[in-house]
Amino acid sequence: MATPTTSLPGVTQLASGPDEKGYFTLNLGPTHPATHGIFQNILKMDGEIVVDAEQTVGYIHRAFEKIAERRPLYQITTLTDRLNYCSSPLNNMGWHMTVEKLIDLEVPRRAKLLRVIIMELSRIADHLICDSIIGADTGALTGFMYVMEWREYIYEIFESVCGARLTTNIGRVGGLERNFTPDTWAKLDRFLKDFPKAFEEFDGLLARNRIFMDRTMGVGPISGERALAYGFTGPNLRAAGVDYDVRVAHPYSLYEEFDFIVPVGTAGATYDRFMVRQEEIRQSVSIIRQALVKLKDEDPSVYRAEAPEWVLPPKEAVYSAMEPLIHHFKIVMGETEVPVRQIYHSIEAGNGELGFYLFSDGGRTPARLHFRRPCFIYYQAYPEMIRGALLSDAIVTMSSLNIIAGELDA
Amino acid sequence: MGIKSPIEIPGQPFQQLSEAKTLSPVEPPPGYGGEGWFATTLDAAVGLARKGSMWPLLYATSCCGIEFMATAAAHYDLGRFGMERFSNSPRQADLLMVMGTISKKLGPVLKQVYEQIAEPRWVLSVGACASSGGIFDTYSVLQGIDRVIPVDVYVPGCPPRPEQILDGILRVHYIAKHESLRHRDSKEYTSRLGHYGIE
Amino acid sequence: MMMEETLLTELRRVLGDRILSHEADDVPTIGIKADDLYEIVDALYKDEKLAFRFLTTLFGMHYPAEKGESERLGLQVLLYNMWTGQRLRLTLSFPIESPELRSITPIFPTANWMEREAYDFYGIRFAGHPNLKRILNIETMTAFPMRKDFPLEDLSRDDKDDRMFGR
Repeated sequence: MATPTTSLPGVTQLASGPDEKGYFTLNLGPTHPATHGIFQNILKMDGEIVVDAEQTVGYIHRAFEKIAERRPLYQITTLTDRLNYCSSPLNNMGWHMTVEKLIDLEVPRRAKLLRVIIMELSRIADHLICDSIIGADTGALTGFMYVMEWREYIYEIFESVCGARLTTNIGRVGGLERNFTPDTWAKLDRFLKDFPKAFEEFDGLLARNRIFMDRTMGVGPISGERALAYGFTGPNLRAAGVDYDVRVAHPYSLYEEFDFIVPVGTAGATYDRFMVRQEEIRQSVSIIRQALVKLKDEDPSVYRAEAPEWVLPPKEAVYSAMEPLIHHFKIVMGETEVPVRQIYHSIEAGNGELGFYLFSDGGRTPARLHFRRPCFIYYQAYPEMIRGALLSDAIVTMSSLNIIAGELDA
Repeated sequence: MGIKSPIEIPGQPFQQLSEAKTLSPVEPPPGYGGEGWFATTLDAAVGLARKGSMWPLLYATSCCGIEFMATAAAHYDLGRFGMERFSNSPRQADLLMVMGTISKKLGPVLKQVYEQIAEPRWVLSVGACASSGGIFDTYSVLQGIDRVIPVDVYVPGCPPRPEQILDGILRVHYIAKHESLRHRDSKEYTSRLGHYGIE
Repeated sequence: MMMEETLLTELRRVLGDRILSHEADDVPTIGIKADDLYEIVDALYKDEKLAFRFLTTLFGMHYPAEKGESERLGLQVLLYNMWTGQRLRLTLSFPIESPELRSITPIFPTANWMEREAYDFYGIRFAGHPNLKRILNIETMTAFPMRKDFPLEDLSRDDKDDRMFGR
């Protein structure tokens, strides 16, 4: 019989039961194969049932907000890459839109549509990882292996635009760094042709699978009111029944012209989160198709706004003409005029509302930059969601929340 | 006599292996029959065995972990090197792959995990953050895991492509294959560990 | 930029003279006193017309001593009305010697970790917080790293050549 312990030194007193049974303390993490990231949970267990949990985060705290106070605005993109690193392009585009809001720059229509394609591809990649990992945590490793191949296709598309696979640093202030090449269009067409069928196969593996449904239905539930009280946004909130999507509530980058459904769950449990993400993948594919139709009317050479004070000009121009040389000097030495403003911009990232609160004091670097990170905010609700559940349910709940450690700690 | 197959496949008679003779595709020259023998050093044989089934312990912290997941997946398969079985317990692992940023809060945990891995053990530091702190030269990030544990191979990149990670893994395999059996008891190894405060 | 009239009228109705200043560059902002934080957030939550019932984020600020002003710490609270899509920012500051505010965790459970983060980074204490201890940094750390006087870089490195790093 385990020694009854109700507290560990240094750990806040976990909830005590009325009849003070012999609970034992189980340490889950920080390095644990089932926690997809580095965060620690100290669980108080009554046999197999979780009575209470306490979390310790910060094992990958990289001081993004402090680094951002030392970087010029166009260099902060590399930091935003590493927030939710499964969907870096979403974070990058959110940051570029924040800077464009700061300097009141109008982005050309075609650049916005190209951005929508990149952002939706990134959302597909993020949801694919999350859903296949939910499957892997219930034992279905095949889905994971199958689905990673499609992430490779998406990586190839990103590579042809920006050169990198994962932490993309994609886009520039005002648009993209280079136009989509014919190679990019070919890869995108192949992806749109082959992916839906493979995705339906992956869906058929898990969505109506008796074992998966038994493992995930009603597991880790949270009601809509509690989710709102805890600041949930994104697929986790939509699974609880609240249809808040930043793309619909505060549209950006031409999302108001697209026709898509915002899927909503009912019970806020793991199965709902899984199904909401699956449907969002289908909606993202539909959005990309609509964007391709809209792009037919646009001038194919436009991919960026003219923002010579913010984007480095091409080297041939710098070495031959006067204006690009001056702009290059101003950008590198930090002589660009930056407005003094305090702005907030948010986008619908893979996990919810990713917000950037930028305090600019006219200097080269921000006076204060705060990332409103959805993972950090909704992970607080985890003990409430697993109280009374089995240990394996706790694991599946954690993976269905899609906690990305980079966004948790920043 | 012999084993009877429970399933009779028409057209394929079940081979009674208990009565089979030595299966060899080539007839040996007269006077040279038998099993044959092979001479090598114990180092080489053990090295070959070690490199052929090295079990990695994942220490996937951040972005490099996702690239490692891509390396382990079907496209850049890790199974062809015998490494698809990820050991989650340090006691059963051979290769500690540190992938991602290690913060100072996590340093003691990493050292504890390293000390729990049974000999022989190798360490692969994947990514710029694990090798030297990467782009995060901050108060909270450990500037390279070689401040707390000895490292065998460093893989640079942010994140490194799966091909680069495989290159690093193959270099670790090379080290494992050519390592002397006495290396773990040698003075240079114990002094190296002593430098880190590990017995 | 001025806040739009309807919102300002409603805020004045609910908060009266507790509004020290107001502006609306991007998000409508009102400046408030540090001691009024809890009552104001509570009043904004309970009011039926304003109904700011979603806490988007909460974070600390550091205003170093300059130009005759003493060193101050600040807090920014971003509230949101999900039904009308209206955002509101509360901004407050207080002297660094007395960093004590009342925690708004009873109103918004989500403020729990946000206030711990503000404490961890700036040293702002929240009275009534259920578990005020460091969240992202090492628990035994004594300094508050996001303050402007704390160095960013790891000081134990000895391989950096200042000539190359442009310092």
